[in-house]
Amino acid sequence: MSEAVEAAVAVPAILAEVKPAVLPRAVLVENNRSFAWISDKICGIIEGPTPRWWWICFGVASFIASFTVAGLIYLVGTGVGVWGHRSPINWGWPIVNFVFWIGIGHAGTLISAILCLLRQKWRTSINRAAEAMTIFAVVCAGIFPLFHVGRVWFAWYLFPLPNSNGIWQNFRSPLEWDVFAVSTYGTVSVLFWYVGMIPDLGLLRDRFTAAGKRVRAFLYGLFAMGWRGSNRHWSNYEMAYLILAGIATPLVLSVHTIVSFDFAVSLIPGWHTTIFPPYFVAGAIYSGFGMVLTLVLPLRAVFKLEDLITQHHIDNMCKIALATGSMVGYAYMMEFFIAWYGANPNEGFTFINRAFGPYAWAYWTMVTCNVIVPQFFWFKGVRRNIAFVWILSLLVNVGMWMERFVIICTSLTRDFLPSSWGYLSPTVVDIFTFFGTFGVFGTLFLLFIRFLPMMPMAEIKAVTPQADAHHGHH
Amino acid sequence: MSEKSYGLIAMFDTPADIMQAAEAVRDAGYKSWDVITPFPIHGMDRAMGVRRSLVPRISLAGGIIGFVTGMGLIWWSGAWNFKLVVGGKPLFSPLFAFPISYELTILFTAFATILGMFLLNRLPMHYHAVMKQAHFQRAMDDRFFVVIEARDPRYDRAATEALLARLGGREIEELED
Repeated sequence: MSEAVEAAVAVPAILAEVKPAVLPRAVLVENNRSFAWISDKICGIIEGPTPRWWWICFGVASFIASFTVAGLIYLVGTGVGVWGHRSPINWGWPIVNFVFWIGIGHAGTLISAILCLLRQKWRTSINRAAEAMTIFAVVCAGIFPLFHVGRVWFAWYLFPLPNSNGIWQNFRSPLEWDVFAVSTYGTVSVLFWYVGMIPDLGLLRDRFTAAGKRVRAFLYGLFAMGWRGSNRHWSNYEMAYLILAGIATPLVLSVHTIVSFDFAVSLIPGWHTTIFPPYFVAGAIYSGFGMVLTLVLPLRAVFKLEDLITQHHIDNMCKIALATGSMVGYAYMMEFFIAWYGANPNEGFTFINRAFGPYAWAYWTMVTCNVIVPQFFWFKGVRRNIAFVWILSLLVNVGMWMERFVIICTSLTRDFLPSSWGYLSPTVVDIFTFFGTFGVFGTLFLLFIRFLPMMPMAEIKAVTPQADAHHGHH
Repeated sequence: MSEKSYGLIAMFDTPADIMQAAEAVRDAGYKSWDVITPFPIHGMDRAMGVRRSLVPRISLAGGIIGFVTGMGLIWWSGAWNFKLVVGGKPLFSPLFAFPISYELTILFTAFATILGMFLLNRLPMHYHAVMKQAHFQRAMDDRFFVVIEARDPRYDRAATEALLARLGGREIEELED
């Protein structure tokens, strides 16, 4: 026994000759920038004058947002009949849009929480913007089920508040689970975002105080909660941040799982499958990374943030999109396999109809955007071509909208009774309301980059080489 | 000008310097003192002798309250307050109550964590003696500070100042309370 242990412990002679290769770690901040450079760069965006392009974009985004406002006013004034869904397709565009937007939010939480737990330090330069994206996407998502209930002034019936009818919500329903999942997700995302921002708000407070800007120093100071960088505070703060990351991770996985339960718990062919939860989560992360790339690449170019959002960051985001896009592609194949293997005629018909029926155009657009497009990310040359990556990121979002459209429309338009079969055509109100949400999202995002620190300065400083107290000591 | 002194503050330039200074102040036996840094420095808790944070206990309490709230709400409303059979299913089952209880566990944990962090840090506190220091603006940017409070039993105006100077602290100032 002991001999065997000794033999295993004995160092092989060959090891003395082996020289381990020194693999350089990817640099997270290029050009060895100082702490003060990071502060000046990020705070400078807020402190400087408002650029002309910001006003132009803000004007365009607000104008687009007015389409949603107009669409909703017309809807509430007239009735949900102005939307294009009819029996048997009672979930038309609104639910497609809801699932689309809520999915987009998922990459923000993935970057901020899951990559935090996995100690992926590259997350630091993109996590603040990605979390902002999450919150604004949840805002856009929330609009649709809220108004889809029909009489929006009764939307509070969704929550367990005492009402004059004396009855309570049906807690057996996945739709009610969804109310709790989405509202928890929105709340926790805002809290996580805000807590992460407190030290940076403290820095902005002190810079505005030093510059003699009293009003802004007061406002940033109010939200900085008197943060003063005490290490006794950092100790509790870091623990709190870690716990928030730890609970946001199961939260984000549960949110799209519960969204998929809205479908999977029903008996509709094409929906009633156990693959839905993992497949929805993978798709959500895929679409979210598409949206992060869509937002971050222009910001990087406009604000000259190449030293902070490096090629390494873009490579990583493209690779995650490739991985999750391929998972989604696998799920598409597996759905077909199970439809055949399960030998249920209704299920089999649904999938043949999905690929070759009246919605074949949507199905093949979806397959192209979600399965073929991400395969470009295998190539380094593609990942280095920023303009091309940006175009691909737009196609990712087109594909993921199509996915939800295909799932909802192909199953609902082919009911069990052929007499009730139909075809969904959106109305102008549908299209305007959805189009406008991009303006709502854009307006909120522009306000965010103008008034709040776009990147977590304290976290970026902490991952630079000079932040290591045991490194380069004189 | 208040005559009462809060303590002494000294500025340092690099994380390595502040780490060394913190270890020395700890070894000198001070208890009421602090280190101010623009970002969390890895290993500083050990260098200062700060104990593990109590935030997780508050979080756990929040999580338990959240889970019980979810289960309790669904049981009370469906199986006690207004019994309504839906789809022939039982009035209460922990299985269908689970997703909502799970979400409420997370929601209450998040609130407890953040409230716990603020409570333990005595925040919000919009005024503090250290904020009056002339160079404090850089505490959030790229400078590092040690503060030793006058209420520490080992505090002695001259000896403490000498210690900070010996450790390489610059811009040493007395803070008024």
